[in-house]
Amino acid sequence: MGALVVVDKLTVSAGSATLVDALSFTIRPGEVLALIGESGSGKTTTALALMGHARRGCRISGGSVRIGDVDVLSLRARQLRALRGRTVSYIAQSAAASFDPSRSILDQVVEPACLHGTLPRGEAELKAIALFRELALPEPETIGERYPHQVSGGQLQRLMAAMALITDPEVVILDEPTTALDVTTQVEVLRAFRRVVRERQVTAVYVSHDLAVVAQMADHILVLRDGHMREVGATERLLAAPQNEYTQSLLAAARPATRAHGEAGEGAEVLLRVKGLSAGYGPRGPDGKPAMTILEDIDLELRRGQAIGVIGESGSGKTTLARVVAGLLPPSMGTMEFDGRALPPALRQRSREDLRRIQIVFQSADTALNPSQTIERILARPLQFYRGLKGEPLRRRIDELLDLVKLPRTLAGRLPGGLSGGQKQRVNLARALAADPDLILCDEVTSALDTVVGAAVLDLIAELRRELGVSYLFISHDLHTVRAVCDEIVVMRHGRKLAQVARADYDRGPHHPYYEELARAVPELRRGWLDELDRARPALVA
Amino acid sequence: MTTAIESGSFKRPARRQWRDRLAHFGVTGWLALVVIAFWAAAAIFGPAMLSQRGDFGGGEVFAPMSGAHWFGTDYLGRDMLARVIEGARYTVGVAFVATLLASGTGTLLALLAAASGRWIDSTLSRVLDTLTAIPSKMFALLIVAGFGSSVPMLVMTAAIIYVPGSYRMARALAVNINALDYVTVARARGEGTGYVMLQEILPNITGPMLADFGLRFVYVVLLLASLSFLGLGIQPPEADWGSLVRENIETLANGGAAVIAPSIAIASLTIAVNLVIDNLPGRAARERGAR
Repeated sequence: MGALVVVDKLTVSAGSATLVDALSFTIRPGEVLALIGESGSGKTTTALALMGHARRGCRISGGSVRIGDVDVLSLRARQLRALRGRTVSYIAQSAAASFDPSRSILDQVVEPACLHGTLPRGEAELKAIALFRELALPEPETIGERYPHQVSGGQLQRLMAAMALITDPEVVILDEPTTALDVTTQVEVLRAFRRVVRERQVTAVYVSHDLAVVAQMADHILVLRDGHMREVGATERLLAAPQNEYTQSLLAAARPATRAHGEAGEGAEVLLRVKGLSAGYGPRGPDGKPAMTILEDIDLELRRGQAIGVIGESGSGKTTLARVVAGLLPPSMGTMEFDGRALPPALRQRSREDLRRIQIVFQSADTALNPSQTIERILARPLQFYRGLKGEPLRRRIDELLDLVKLPRTLAGRLPGGLSGGQKQRVNLARALAADPDLILCDEVTSALDTVVGAAVLDLIAELRRELGVSYLFISHDLHTVRAVCDEIVVMRHGRKLAQVARADYDRGPHHPYYEELARAVPELRRGWLDELDRARPALVA
Repeated sequence: MTTAIESGSFKRPARRQWRDRLAHFGVTGWLALVVIAFWAAAAIFGPAMLSQRGDFGGGEVFAPMSGAHWFGTDYLGRDMLARVIEGARYTVGVAFVATLLASGTGTLLALLAAASGRWIDSTLSRVLDTLTAIPSKMFALLIVAGFGSSVPMLVMTAAIIYVPGSYRMARALAVNINALDYVTVARARGEGTGYVMLQEILPNITGPMLADFGLRFVYVVLLLASLSFLGLGIQPPEADWGSLVRENIETLANGGAAVIAPSIAIASLTIAVNLVIDNLPGRAARERGAR
């Protein structure tokens, strides 16, 4: 049974900046409270403060946190150590980074119990196996003998939950535990989490930026922004009738709104035609096939002005497809045709004009922008390279590009390190636009962004398409995103194209079973969605 | 192709760039700059300003510090201050130029290896590995035996010996950067190897490479000293600082100024070089911006 958590006027500051400002809330025993907000809103800082922890450079400067009848913030270091992992436990976002790769999983899962002396090693191991079973992990008896790299990401996340639950804590903090997972994996992990949280009646704090996920997990939702509480309320109430403006914008961003699209499609000429495309990595064998085949026999047709979404789970070959089209990976078989002419397979063989007309935008804006070049230089390069602009026209075009992606012109002199994630992604997009391309390959451009910021970037993408008439090959694992901006969806799995669904048929079935599975796996923004799924397929074990 | 980026408004005036850079210097950075400037001045103007020449011997052996001999005298009774200042030419000049050559060549080769294909990479790596396998002193002996000992030869020898180390370091860094998306974007844009090497990769490895430069500088000073000890380095009566320490090592037990003065000179210069490198701006910015 969980404990009562009372937080009163909690304030966390870093230097002169206030990260969390006089936050007060109460969680009744056995309830789940969700902390929701964009990055930098103070969600994780608040969650960590519940354990009496502040990150380096931060300081809990005021207020109180009570768990049961313990005043957490008045505890000394030794008492805090006894509290953490015993009374309060923490499940971090990246399980892969939280496990020691050189020790077996079971060894690490039982560690909290052994450290706090709650159970002898033998009993702890038995309990861990029971937890593995409860969390619907495959081969619960033996999975603990494996090492972290031998299990999948979703399994590792559940194993981490087992580690957190082994001491029977009264409060569990889940910090974005499913954000890094695929939709299909996320559903299984969510189900497992919800079952253990319900059955054990622990008090839980669920930190997330995804309202749809939170709707399935939480009894109450607290909306945070800039360290201030915007709104708090029961999940049903908050979803049905949000009072705060910011909550409304969050809800709007989470609902899959279809962006208005141009007239492109049927009538237009074919811009990109891919036929029988296969590609892979490693040395080629005698039959001309690479050692590891990633893509097999892909056919695709993209018309001018059209946006085609490519969807599939990680490892399905989506990104490889983009790399092949961009010329970064020459295909082992098949042909590509661009604007009626054959597209040479390798980068070196393509003319500068070919290269200019196809631009690629990568997923992680952090690694896609050179950290030692200013925004101005990053945007200037394609203009100089393809069009030989210099001096005044160059500066004017850079300003236009910044306007186009809705960034202030003053940003031009900054380094990428001084920009937020959303701004970086806009610069990333602006660099592609600088080349005046016909086709932009977008590789998971919104995956690393918050819902609200991601929605704004999607709006921008749709708008650019309308205004400039560029075509997109839009790669994502998120069906919502793809549906919002694309005319057609290509479903991929294990390097093969399974199905192609046109916009008109999004909601009309029946589709390929895998598409249906993907569609079902996207959390819906209402309570009880996961319960219905549970009823539909009760005995699913991933 | 690379000149295009230098054009127009995107290159800030050099003077302002330097002022920006110096503005980031802390107290230690300024102090270190002063020390380096002092030794550089000593190397250039010092010998002309001395009242006595370093090879003027015959006085008291291992004399302590005094008004006549500020740093005392050495094992032949020569004035230590004059010896140290005359040695500055060799240490600051030879060691600095050799390190610059070694780091520069190593970094450039590493960039070439990382940015171009597998063949160039393998060939360069194996050739430089072979060089690493030859003991440095033996290699120096070989060169001196073949070409005789002179200052340019010494610079070349020290540079060649330290190229593989800095190559390895730079290559490890460059290979990582080369795999990042922004380099891929540049390639997909159709940029040549030269642009990728110098504009995309180089700026992102300069920080660690400068730190490596500071470390390597210390090694080169030591190498020069040991070469002098073997009679292969700077030929007596001229001496670099390392040789001064060697020459006067017997007075170490007595705490003689003759051994301490050149040691302090070496320490002050190497620490100063490293401090200046630590104070260079962009390091913090890079850390913030990197990945």
